[in-house]
Amino acid sequence: MLPEMSEMPNAPAAYPRMVRPASGRVVAGVAQGAAAQLRLDPVVLRLAFVLLTVIDGLGVVAYAALWMFTPKEEVKGRAPAREWGQLAAYGVLWLALAGFAWMTGASSGGFGTWPIAVGGIGALILWQQADPGRRQRWMSGAVKQVSTTWVRTGIGALLVVVGAIGFLAASGELAKARTGLVFTAVVVGGMLMIAAPWLATLMKELQRERTERIRQEERAEVAAHVHDSVLHTLTLIQRNAHDAREVARLARSQERELRNWLYQPKQDADATLAAAVRRVAAEEEDAHGVQIEVVCVGDCELDEGLVALLHAARQAMVNACKYSGAPVVSVYAEVEPDEVTVFVRDRGKGFVLDDVPGDRMGIRQSIIGRMERNGGSARVRTEPGDGTEVMLTMKREK
Amino acid sequence: MKTVRVLIVDDHRLFRSGVRAELGPSIQVIGEAEDVESAVTAIGELEPDVVLLDVHMPGGGGQEVLRRVLGSGSQVRFLALSVSDAAEDVIGVIRGGARGYVTKTISGAELTDAIIRVSEGDAVFSPRLAGFVLDAFASTEAPPIDPELDSLTQREREVLRLIARGYAYKEIAKELFISVKTVETHVSSVLRKLQLSNRHELSRWATARRLV
Repeated sequence: MLPEMSEMPNAPAAYPRMVRPASGRVVAGVAQGAAAQLRLDPVVLRLAFVLLTVIDGLGVVAYAALWMFTPKEEVKGRAPAREWGQLAAYGVLWLALAGFAWMTGASSGGFGTWPIAVGGIGALILWQQADPGRRQRWMSGAVKQVSTTWVRTGIGALLVVVGAIGFLAASGELAKARTGLVFTAVVVGGMLMIAAPWLATLMKELQRERTERIRQEERAEVAAHVHDSVLHTLTLIQRNAHDAREVARLARSQERELRNWLYQPKQDADATLAAAVRRVAAEEEDAHGVQIEVVCVGDCELDEGLVALLHAARQAMVNACKYSGAPVVSVYAEVEPDEVTVFVRDRGKGFVLDDVPGDRMGIRQSIIGRMERNGGSARVRTEPGDGTEVMLTMKREK
Repeated sequence: MKTVRVLIVDDHRLFRSGVRAELGPSIQVIGEAEDVESAVTAIGELEPDVVLLDVHMPGGGGQEVLRRVLGSGSQVRFLALSVSDAAEDVIGVIRGGARGYVTKTISGAELTDAIIRVSEGDAVFSPRLAGFVLDAFASTEAPPIDPELDSLTQREREVLRLIARGYAYKEIAKELFISVKTVETHVSSVLRKLQLSNRHELSRWATARRLV
């Protein structure tokens, strides 16, 4: 077996090829594979095959054909055992159905077959609808899906009724059954009338319960978040009450985290420039305990040059936090159609640029050198007592 | 120096007393209000120079106060003060008539400065608000309906960019070789455009971009 082959089932594909899974198979995994392909419950397809087998043995032929043309799912190690218990259950079901078909003469084919087929398919659709897990998923889904559920239920019910009437008509029982049918209709109608208000209340109750549950889940999520982050930070703050710097840092990082949770759209932290600048600023703020105010105008995807820009900006933030002595650092990033500019500014001590020894890596190498190597430019403006501003510009890749 | 009479409108008592304690001696706090109803009444009775207005409050929030007070023809000046950085809140209160927007993390000295500025009829832009405005005016390719109101001049853009970079008005003046008064004029003119421009993009941009 090729190693790549075994990876195949896990690889995401737009239209995955139908395979026969080995685990949970009853005969050869055909029904399970087809069910996965059609997004149905495998039980439904198994019942369909059993039903078709009763009618002229069609199911056996269909099953064999699918068996031949469907590749087996590759498994590592020993193949799991067949589900013998289920196989026995389907066997018993088949015996019962075959016996019923033989008694009514439907198994011999012809006109009498169709009512059973139609009724059976209708029943299968209804049965499928009644699957609780599936229904729950539909209910939580879009309105559109809910409406298709109703359409399917309607079609299923219609097929069952047509099948039943067709069966009666085919076996010549319809005329005899007419009085019985009227009687049944009246009884069922009356029971419905009696039960309707109760059913309606039940529905309403269910609806209410579901809303309540959703609300509770929401509340639980908020509570969990508050507990995990806010309460935790508050504990840390109490423990560090003597250290003003640490308290400020904790409060600040918690504030940022909460803000992100409340206002920030979910975005990939590394996909776009604005998100990346915010992330870098947050990390350096945490590391140095100096507040970094970030303002971003516009946004774009990161490319190689912009990653270099981001590294240089990080170095500038580190310098400002470590050496300037200023309580706040301002970072401003602007994305323009053809270039990106980042400013890192503090109102701290400042320094004389020419006095910085040549072997100091921070400014010369990590900022200016890095920007120039990547086709950008860096400018540092500083004066003792007048703060520092680092301006980084990088052309955008077209 | 003339003292500025200020009314603080915020639904958190702790925050109101905190602001009161932090403001400089040139500010006189003449009253407090904790919701829309009491704020509108207090503004009518006390006639403060500047109202420090919280954005989120029971009964409609800061925007409702702005609507009712400014709608009745009052000339009171508002400075919005909020914990929220959401674009829709910021743009919302500015378009509602506030002359400035600062976040609650602002220091006492800066807040005092901002209140005095607003009391003199100028606008107060935080770096973040400047960023929002640049973004909002840049984000659309649609041709402006009214070129005078719907786009920023090169100079206004430069001033806003410097505010976003964390420059104070004095530093901006030095950087651009203009007077502080001229910087103030540019910011006020941006504020006017922000409030009067009827391009729908501004509001739509703010709601569409729910970010800090």
